Amino acid sequence: MVETMLESKSEGKSETASTAEQKKVKLDISHLTVSYGNDAAISDVNFKIFENEIFGIIGPANAGKTSFLKALNLMNTFDANMKVEGKILFNDRDIHQLKNVYALRSRIGVVFPLPVGLPMTIYENVALSPRLRGIKDKATLDEIVQRCLQRSALWDEVKDRLDSLGSLLSGGQQQRLTIARALSQEPELLILDEFSIAVDPVTTMRIEEVLKELKNEMTIILVTNLVQQARRLADRTAFFLEGKCIETGDTEALFNGQVENSKTTDYIEGRFG
Amino acid sequence: MSVEAMPVENLFTESQLNVKNKKIQSLYRVLFLLMTLLLILPVLIILGTLIVKGGSMISIDFLFTDPVNGMTEGGVFPALLGTVFLVSLALLISVPLGIAAAIYLSEYASENWFTRAINLAIINLAGVPSIVHALFGVGAFVMFFGFGTSILAASLTLAIMTLPVVIVSTRESLQAVPHAFREACWNMGATRWQTIRRVVLPNAVSGILTGVILEVSRTTGETAPIMFTGAVFFLPFLPQGVFDQTMALSLHLFVVTTQVPNVPEQLPYAVALVLIGMVLLMNSISIAFRMYLRSKKKW
Repeated sequence: MVETMLESKSEGKSETASTAEQKKVKLDISHLTVSYGNDAAISDVNFKIFENEIFGIIGPANAGKTSFLKALNLMNTFDANMKVEGKILFNDRDIHQLKNVYALRSRIGVVFPLPVGLPMTIYENVALSPRLRGIKDKATLDEIVQRCLQRSALWDEVKDRLDSLGSLLSGGQQQRLTIARALSQEPELLILDEFSIAVDPVTTMRIEEVLKELKNEMTIILVTNLVQQARRLADRTAFFLEGKCIETGDTEALFNGQVENSKTTDYIEGRFG
Repeated sequence: MSVEAMPVENLFTESQLNVKNKKIQSLYRVLFLLMTLLLILPVLIILGTLIVKGGSMISIDFLFTDPVNGMTEGGVFPALLGTVFLVSLALLISVPLGIAAAIYLSEYASENWFTRAINLAIINLAGVPSIVHALFGVGAFVMFFGFGTSILAASLTLAIMTLPVVIVSTRESLQAVPHAFREACWNMGATRWQTIRRVVLPNAVSGILTGVILEVSRTTGETAPIMFTGAVFFLPFLPQGVFDQTMALSLHLFVVTTQVPNVPEQLPYAVALVLIGMVLLMNSISIAFRMYLRSKKKW
């Protein structure tokens, strides 16, 4: 319903209509509060993330960025201490009413700050998710593994030793392996949580190039400590501070000082944080 | 610069303090080395004595013939076989149970009073003296369940006794698998069981097996739990099933040492040597296995 309304609305508009209205809403977050025991990690967060955009989240440590990501993935089912309130609509459906959390998680690829090469071969690392989905055919798996490793810019370095251990690759390679693994889920939503802190600058640049291409196929949430990385990549950016989402806006606008809250500019320009 | 720069020559000369520290350091090194050697001493003395006094009796025949002449001559075959039966059956019972319980405690259970109570029970079970296990075995398996004094009753008693150790060692091995691996797997949409099956267990299996093998060697030597529940002094025939009684090496050693008159002096030493040989064999397998798995360490 909402979709069709949006579409008919945008049809009537001129070519210069704001892109936000034309885009389909991938995630609609309203009044989201995440708490551990009595401590709220984030409180009352509201914003929308559109399909095929890179949505940046910036903010100093302890701002609640990672807690936000955990809530998206329903990781609270594994942590009795973590409580999530508010609404998260994924493709217009409330994820808290889901019957199958595993299917949701498999559609959301997550890359952690520190690379996690699972203690199995490189091939198995990437083939794990397809196998969990029930794909057994060797040729199909081969094809997925090669495609995902190529896209994460790791293929050339490992193609001759796919059966060596993924957990013994270098840090930067493991992070690209982690990205390949996330891509093997064929996710609709790719979440990167400070992916570059364990990666050298050259590799970071290569991954950034990959992300720019990937956004044509999926929605990407990029949590980053590097404000310049958000500027390079993100279409829109949210600024988190002390458990609150201070504001969201077009990345360029935010960086050009068109902000509602002066703290955003202070943070972007490195005056604190 | 408030700190005075140290002259370069100081690096090439030793001060009083350096000399003193070095002396103390070598003193401790020697002290700890002596203590370590002290630990090896009993092992060497025991093994040495057994080999010197009983080694001459050990032969293939000794291992594979029955004791004869009121157990003063012949071999230890029925006792050896009985021990193998008892230990294998006990582990067949306790290992699957223990691993299942450990997986539950490590991977599924949430931290609450119930889990804490179970953990407390396990620790206490591990601390129960083996003679008390024996009496429990008599009450529960021999009498209540009506298995009589049999291999089954004795093995069940041994199983109960080894269970806490299997649980604890398995749980430790599972906990040693980094949590990040689990989270990575969960994030991919894997269920808890898929995660355990594909990531946690394959990486904990070396630790679990090492624990089990060490348990084998401990169980082999147990005497008290089996002497009231299924092991007997002497049987003229080999056990035909789990409801038969059996001889066992550990009890046989006790018997030939203290209960039988006119035993040649070497015999008890030879029996002890066979028993300890079995244990050492199991331990060596365990060590070799651990070394093999460590060479394939995955993270």
